[in-house]
Amino acid sequence: MALRSGHGHSQPRRSINRAPSPLLAHSVPWLTIMLGSLAPSWLMIASAPVMPPLGYLVFLAWHQLRPGLMPIWAGLPLGLFDDLFSGQPFGCAVLLWSLSSIVIDIVETRIPWRHFLIEWLVANGLIVTYILLCLVFANFGGADAPLRVIVPQIVISVLSYPLVGRFVALADRFRLKPLLVGR
Amino acid sequence: MAPPANRRSSYSRRAQYTTFLSYSAGVLGAVVGLGLVVVSLVNPDFFSPLRGLAADATEPASQAAASGRTFGHDVVANVTGFFHTGSEDARIRRELAEAKVRLVEAEATKAENQRLKGLLGIGDDDAKPVAFSRLTASTGASTRRYATLGAGRDKGVVTGMPVRSPMGLVGRVLEVGASSSRVLLITDSESLVPVRRASDGVPAFAQGASDGTLRIRLINLGLNPLKKGDVLVTSGSGGLYRPGTPMAIVTELLRDGAIARVLSNPSDTDYVMVERAWAPPPPPPAATTAAKKPGKP
Repeated sequence: MALRSGHGHSQPRRSINRAPSPLLAHSVPWLTIMLGSLAPSWLMIASAPVMPPLGYLVFLAWHQLRPGLMPIWAGLPLGLFDDLFSGQPFGCAVLLWSLSSIVIDIVETRIPWRHFLIEWLVANGLIVTYILLCLVFANFGGADAPLRVIVPQIVISVLSYPLVGRFVALADRFRLKPLLVGR
Repeated sequence: MAPPANRRSSYSRRAQYTTFLSYSAGVLGAVVGLGLVVVSLVNPDFFSPLRGLAADATEPASQAAASGRTFGHDVVANVTGFFHTGSEDARIRRELAEAKVRLVEAEATKAENQRLKGLLGIGDDDAKPVAFSRLTASTGASTRRYATLGAGRDKGVVTGMPVRSPMGLVGRVLEVGASSSRVLLITDSESLVPVRRASDGVPAFAQGASDGTLRIRLINLGLNPLKKGDVLVTSGSGGLYRPGTPMAIVTELLRDGAIARVLSNPSDTDYVMVERAWAPPPPPPAATTAAKKPGKP
């Protein structure tokens, strides 16, 4: 076996007699998004909204890196999970994540050949809209926060999205790592 | 613009149905989300058991994260202390900050005691804290300011109990789970705490501004007696918050109040204590005729 696997070094994706684990390949996107939903609440006890909505950023990044990997209805279960921890009125993420899925899908159909700038603009448009709508929903739910409160959060989110994209690309490489012995 | 290259539709009925179904499921998700939002806006407590379960389930991980956070905080504090004048200096300054707050607290307690001496027949209120715990998580990505506390029904925590750190008031318990509870921080815009100036007792309300500061609204309008650097403590009026808990320091004056900085920054807080909800002392016994009235019918 050692002799055989020695051949595969030039091709990272498909070593001979090795295949990616289907369990990892299917579960990693969902798990990273759920981790993203939990992470902002753990990183600090914030007295102002300063953490980017990491769950949503990871969700967007997976959609943009691998169009069609997540089903369009993925916003329903993942949004439910995010709502449990986000502090927003319950259902806010379910609604906004589902709508984002549909919007991303439409953009992808309309602009099949796109480059970095368009992807970046689409993602940032969605992120800013998402944070604004979250504020609107929270204010409907009894809060009374002015618009200036979310400006730092928007700036931090826009700046951190490329980093989240890098992280998702890393997770994608891990997801498709040939680990199992093929039949 | 060129017609969109529709990648999905084909002559295969099966492919068409799949596309249609996946889009329907997406729209269904949005509709379900809208329904949930409407339900939670009409009845905000409807999903609190679900949130409680989720917080209980992630409690061990949150505790680990809290330890990590404290460790990181300590490392940063030590390193900065070393670069300034050594870790000893950092410790002394921390103690001094705490002592200053203690001093103000003691002054407020003294004033409160003098006031209470005028009233007779007041029993000792039970000032023993209910529980000590960590703030394990907070909603850092939302404009609402909630934190999760690592103590719930198992430690005797009940809805409405005030939460404080050695430095001052942190918030109050909103929802209680089995081993965790949800705390409304005082910087949330829905939190309204009756306060008074520590030195002379000018009454006011402290409302969260959701950006980490507090908006102080005076009860007596007219001339604004507040000055920069004034320390505000809870007044206890209306019950709930024990009087004399340090709360905020005025940083900026406004026409009808002030902007104040919270004394106990929750991100620096390691352990917090949960206190029993405070009940204001009963009014002094009325005249005998009035006291007999309820017994008549």
